[in-house]
Amino acid sequence: MGLIAPKAEALAARLGALTAQASLPEARARALDRVGASGLPHRRDEYWRYTDPASLVAPQAPKAAVFDPRDEAPLFDAIDRLKITFVDGVFAPDLSDDLTLAGVEISRLAAPAPWAEGAYGVLEALGQSPVARPLAALNTAFATDGVLIRVTGRAAKPVSLIYIHKSETSDAMLHHCVSLDPGAELTLLENGPAAARFNKVLEVEVADGARFHHIRAQGRDHERRAVTHIFARLGAKSLFKSFTLSANGILTRNEAVITFAGDEARAHVAGAAMGDGAFHHDDTVFITHGAVACESRQVFKKVLKHGAVGVFQGKILVKPGAQKTDGYQISQSLLLDEDSQFLAKPELEIYADDVKCSHGSTSGAIDETALYYLRSRGVPKRRAQSLLVLAFLADSIAEIEDEAIAEDIRARLESWLERHED
Amino acid sequence: MADLEVREGVDRETIETVAGMGAYKYGWSTEIEMDYAPKGLNEDIVRLISSKNQEPEWLLEWRLAAYRRWVSLEEPHWAMLDYPAIDYQDQYYYATPKSMAVKPKSLDEVDPKLLATYKKLGIPLKEQALLAGVEDTGERKVAVDAVFDSVSVGTTFKAELAKAGVIFCSISEAVREHPELVRKYLGSVVPPSDNFFATLNSAVFSDGSFVYIPPGTRCPMELSTYFRINAENTGQFERTLIVCDKGAYVSYLEGCTAPKRDTHQLHAAVVEIVILEDAEVKYSTVQNWYPGDENGKGGIYNFVTKRADCREARAKVMWTQVETGSAITWKYPSCILRGDDSQGEFYSIAIANNAQQADTGTKMVHLGKRTKSRIVSKGISAGRAQNTYRGLVSMHPKASDSRNYTQCDSLLIGDKCGAHTVPYIEVKNASSRVEHEATTSKVDEDQLFYCRSRGMDEEEAVALVVNGFCREVLQALPMEFAMEAQNLVAISLEGSVG
Repeated sequence: MGLIAPKAEALAARLGALTAQASLPEARARALDRVGASGLPHRRDEYWRYTDPASLVAPQAPKAAVFDPRDEAPLFDAIDRLKITFVDGVFAPDLSDDLTLAGVEISRLAAPAPWAEGAYGVLEALGQSPVARPLAALNTAFATDGVLIRVTGRAAKPVSLIYIHKSETSDAMLHHCVSLDPGAELTLLENGPAAARFNKVLEVEVADGARFHHIRAQGRDHERRAVTHIFARLGAKSLFKSFTLSANGILTRNEAVITFAGDEARAHVAGAAMGDGAFHHDDTVFITHGAVACESRQVFKKVLKHGAVGVFQGKILVKPGAQKTDGYQISQSLLLDEDSQFLAKPELEIYADDVKCSHGSTSGAIDETALYYLRSRGVPKRRAQSLLVLAFLADSIAEIEDEAIAEDIRARLESWLERHED
Repeated sequence: MADLEVREGVDRETIETVAGMGAYKYGWSTEIEMDYAPKGLNEDIVRLISSKNQEPEWLLEWRLAAYRRWVSLEEPHWAMLDYPAIDYQDQYYYATPKSMAVKPKSLDEVDPKLLATYKKLGIPLKEQALLAGVEDTGERKVAVDAVFDSVSVGTTFKAELAKAGVIFCSISEAVREHPELVRKYLGSVVPPSDNFFATLNSAVFSDGSFVYIPPGTRCPMELSTYFRINAENTGQFERTLIVCDKGAYVSYLEGCTAPKRDTHQLHAAVVEIVILEDAEVKYSTVQNWYPGDENGKGGIYNFVTKRADCREARAKVMWTQVETGSAITWKYPSCILRGDDSQGEFYSIAIANNAQQADTGTKMVHLGKRTKSRIVSKGISAGRAQNTYRGLVSMHPKASDSRNYTQCDSLLIGDKCGAHTVPYIEVKNASSRVEHEATTSKVDEDQLFYCRSRGMDEEEAVALVVNGFCREVLQALPMEFAMEAQNLVAISLEGSVG
């Protein structure tokens, strides 16, 4: 079936602004076919009901002012990690460590290791059904760089991807693949605004008994735009944990597509988002329980003020036979003034009977009684508000297992709250 | 059902009971001579329906405009429903018993066969009588408008209601007798352009009920409409309009059944409710259309648009529905909370068994300040059925200090069925509080075990647990319906533990 004319035109315009890449040509050709079949997303698509993708699909990235990173303490600085830096989506060897680490093999997408042939774009392709994710397929077809990380044992230290934004017009597309062998373990850190517009895909294959921890902070630049996808497939008794902190950003769409392929695995995705003013933040999560006795958690919290918009679309799909599924999903927003909006679509689709699935979603203002209590104990109003906001976000941060990393994230939150007290 | 796996704690007998099910009580049909409009849908059919109802020109034009729009629309397919394409030309859009060609002046003149039909259904068309199965307490009365295929057979207690100023009659009669009211309110809640099925209904609606409660009046009895589809290959397109004026109150009940037929039948109704200042409407439905057999053969396709407009301050509406029938249910009774401090409530039990599919829920649109809504939905899936809750809670920017609470629970009985929840939550102001909770689980083994250890058989135990699961909604029903509903819950699920 061909695309309707406006979709075909939008796609042609976008493709016209992109440059073909040399590595992994077959995987890229297949991805281009997927984009051709679905077209680019449009506001009228049900999956984009609450987020207008126009600026994400436009041929040119809208400008985004560069924020001076020096007025804030660098993130993860005290953590011993292997640093890999991209500036406006371009690998920066002088800002990166040597890509060797015990228990891990790292190569770059520009010069991929042989195993990438069988991994690149595979999970993204699987993630196109039942809902098309054209921006991820577009990424597979045109990503300029990224890292391919094969974890064979327990990684000696976290791998840290740092994204620096330097040009007001940069339009970056990165694609990373992580493959964890049975029993392997890795912590992946990501931080920084990356570019004026950033399209990123992360594919994670977690083999039986492997453990993957992912913590990211999406940079503070107010005008940046980002669309990111995580595709993960979990083997038996494996663990996948991902936490995202988003403070600012005029438009962010973070999708997570997680599939349980082996029994008794666990996947937790969490997010804390804070927006003040022109801020549109969309968490879209799709978890497929295709195996027995798996546990999934979605914990998303948003603090919104001055017209900020928070979106949550979360789905738990339990396939026939995925008995003993334990799925839970919570999305909450704290609206700090009358102008902000919270739009949510928390879905359950369940085809097995012996399951325990639930979701909760709430939206409201700060609890006046709690505020009054703190003030009656002598806590100044602003401090009391910050405390209550931190308490509200606490459940999502609790999903970070490493206490030093969690502390870093907490410090980020507090400094954001200090700057946005009014 | 033979391939159904026998689970721990479920005896063979239960499985066999399931296999022996399909006991739809209302599946018989009435042999009666009918007048049909020619099959299919075109402008002439629309004109014919209008002329049969002796309608004024403006209404004919209204219908034709709807028809012309409908032709340009596409049937929506966003619901989680899977059914073969409907051939809209392979239906009768108007069928009426021959004996109704000249409208009887009173119920005494109505064809005895028709009266017998309603008697067999347990619907009293004699005044003083109550819905069957309820003990006569001497006080309670229910007025009934009985709709048979495309025509209203009669309405009881009209005189007594008229004394209180209440108008309760068929919509065709209202068009003739109270054109100013009908013209003012018809389409004001569900405009003809609303959606594919509402547009179709606007073009071809044949009968239905009209209710007007004057200011400050508490309707002296419950009002009820009973819809019966009898003729084969005939769609029913009724339209109900309820206007509850300032400070008035009415409780309205709706029931529906249809014979067992091998072919699917289309039902596309519209219900509009207008509620003015300080008025309150309770609308209760027990929907028990023929659900089709256990293999999905036959059954009603039920596409219904129901909406209440709390147009002025402190207006209140409560929807309660028990959805046990129909092969396909597509139904979202909604509340437009326009007046400040207005309130909407939605209580629903949706049971889907065998091959049934239900996609149902509500919309709460908060426009006025300090508006409140509450949604309690209980979905039960058994057999190979699919049951979806779909709902919208929308807090508009000006609806400050409003409140919503939503609770959707799904119960799965057996591992071949599905239960889905698709809520949309849109909050556009900070002073409102919205809470949504949904759970999905199976019938609790411990509760079943406890009941069984007290000497109940599997059947009774399941019925008790499910009734407990539904309790919040059953309690919201008027007494006349609560008992019927409770029994229906048990019958619909009889033995479906697996």
